[in-house]
Amino acid sequence: MSHNILVIGELDEGSASATTLELLAGASEIASGGNVSVTLLGVGASQAVGACAGANTAYASDDAQYDDFRGDQWISAIQSAVESETPDVILVAQSIVGRELGPRLSHKLGTAVAMDCVSISDVDGSIKATRPCFGGNAMATYGFSTSPAIATVRAKSFEVTEGGSGPTTSTELPAASQSRTEIIATEAATAEGLQIQDATVVVCGGRGLGDAEAFGEMESIASAIGLDKAAVGASRAAVDLGWYPPSQQVGLTGKVVTPDLYLAVAVSGASQHMAGCSGSKTIVGINRDEEANIWSFSRYGIIGDYKQVVPALIEELKKASGN
Amino acid sequence: MHLVVCAKQIPDPDTPPSAFKIDEASNSVIPAPGISPILSQFDGIAAEAALRIKEAGGDDAKVTVISMGADSARAAIKQVLAMGADEGVLLNDDAFEDGDSYTTAKVLASAIRELGDVDAVFCGRQAADWDMGQVGLLLAEELGWASAIIAKDISYADGNVSVQRVLTDGFETVQMALPAVMTVSNEFGEPRYPKLPQIMAAAKKTVTQYSAAELGLDAADVGASGSRLKIEKLFIPETDSNVEFMGGDTPQEQAAALVQRLQADKLI
Repeated sequence: MSHNILVIGELDEGSASATTLELLAGASEIASGGNVSVTLLGVGASQAVGACAGANTAYASDDAQYDDFRGDQWISAIQSAVESETPDVILVAQSIVGRELGPRLSHKLGTAVAMDCVSISDVDGSIKATRPCFGGNAMATYGFSTSPAIATVRAKSFEVTEGGSGPTTSTELPAASQSRTEIIATEAATAEGLQIQDATVVVCGGRGLGDAEAFGEMESIASAIGLDKAAVGASRAAVDLGWYPPSQQVGLTGKVVTPDLYLAVAVSGASQHMAGCSGSKTIVGINRDEEANIWSFSRYGIIGDYKQVVPALIEELKKASGN
Repeated sequence: MHLVVCAKQIPDPDTPPSAFKIDEASNSVIPAPGISPILSQFDGIAAEAALRIKEAGGDDAKVTVISMGADSARAAIKQVLAMGADEGVLLNDDAFEDGDSYTTAKVLASAIRELGDVDAVFCGRQAADWDMGQVGLLLAEELGWASAIIAKDISYADGNVSVQRVLTDGFETVQMALPAVMTVSNEFGEPRYPKLPQIMAAAKKTVTQYSAAELGLDAADVGASGSRLKIEKLFIPETDSNVEFMGGDTPQEQAAALVQRLQADKLI
């Protein structure tokens, strides 16, 4: 069955974000002939729709007030796109925007949202949303008894298969209305360089490292791979012990990362941790515990003490890269 | 000032994966033997946030803890009472069972309206069982109140709250007028640990119980029958168990074997 799908896009430095393009790729597949539309809000929005491959129609407002997300302002704008499109499915990223927009929009539209989904599919004409729960110990598939079906979707759940261009024009959405919340201060996170959620390789240290100094070795692994693609993360246990900054925490309450390579060093692989990294393409473990949970998720593993394995690994990586 | 904390009792998230079992027929989790359910950790942090506002606000401030759940949820209520909340409310009715986030928010909103004079509601950023993270926002929408989610710090002055929120790449502080709903994240800090005299005192505090009818709710509008999101299948995911361990007599040989695999797979 065909579906009319509205994707609520987000801008990243004036262009449609990577996740927006993923959602559009997924939407065009699920729509099976139905209309796919996209909304973009903020400076550059009306230009950015041009790159929204997969969308047939676009709605945009370049109002700078939309640059800082405020739920009530965004919802008013999106509601006018919803009225024109009457979608039966609405997709939004599981981002700081989607976490708020999903529930609030669902309530405004008299429907429901499934949060943090990793798969959206059509089963005999009905939309089904699948998501991890219980800290990643289980998965749940949901159906909707109201329409539209709204889902917030985890990054990299859909693959962008081809490039291409989007709509050449967009319908203008209204300028921002008055918000009930006023942003009085903003502060950038302390982490410099490549962010873990953008890295193609994440080297993650766990409680088994034993001390904060060992994170220097995790950084050496990242350097040997290349700091343009590798970043260092930490498990919640390591962050709670003060060994590494909270901005680098991987897991359910930290960041969800989906790199091509996830190297887990002295990480046991607790469910809450795996919920933050199990979407990685390849997981590699280094752990001295033969029974560690990390092996259930790993493609490759080295059983051994990281204190011996890591220096050897750094040396081999340097050899391989010719440094 | 009257502050409300929403508290949920959940299966212990630290249950080892080997002890985590589900009943596929009812799409529910089978309680692990010998592992007691706990207060969802984020709700403990929400309680801490409310208590700090109360302590800063003087003698007339009051904190009420509300939990929707079975009779066993009294343990979660007692824990927040031991932390320093003044009164408890248990929302207990068979009709509430197997609801979704929407019906949960609807029941909580009815209870908050019943209390009448509530200024602010504090929820955990998400319950550590289903991890949806939407009851706080839906509750705000039900009540028509302002909301701010994923708080790291909250302060109150002159009818307004300032909420420092955790964003992907930093923090922002928003200000809004009460009444409002806030959800609190682990970055806020650890909840206080009640001592024995406080636990003893908590046993004497009042816990009022409400049914659907007492809140003026129709059983058909709440729980499973009122749900908009229907769970159709709960399952334990298959994990990729084809791990290949690197052979070799020395760490150097193991590391070399791993680097070779990663290069062949074009991962480095």
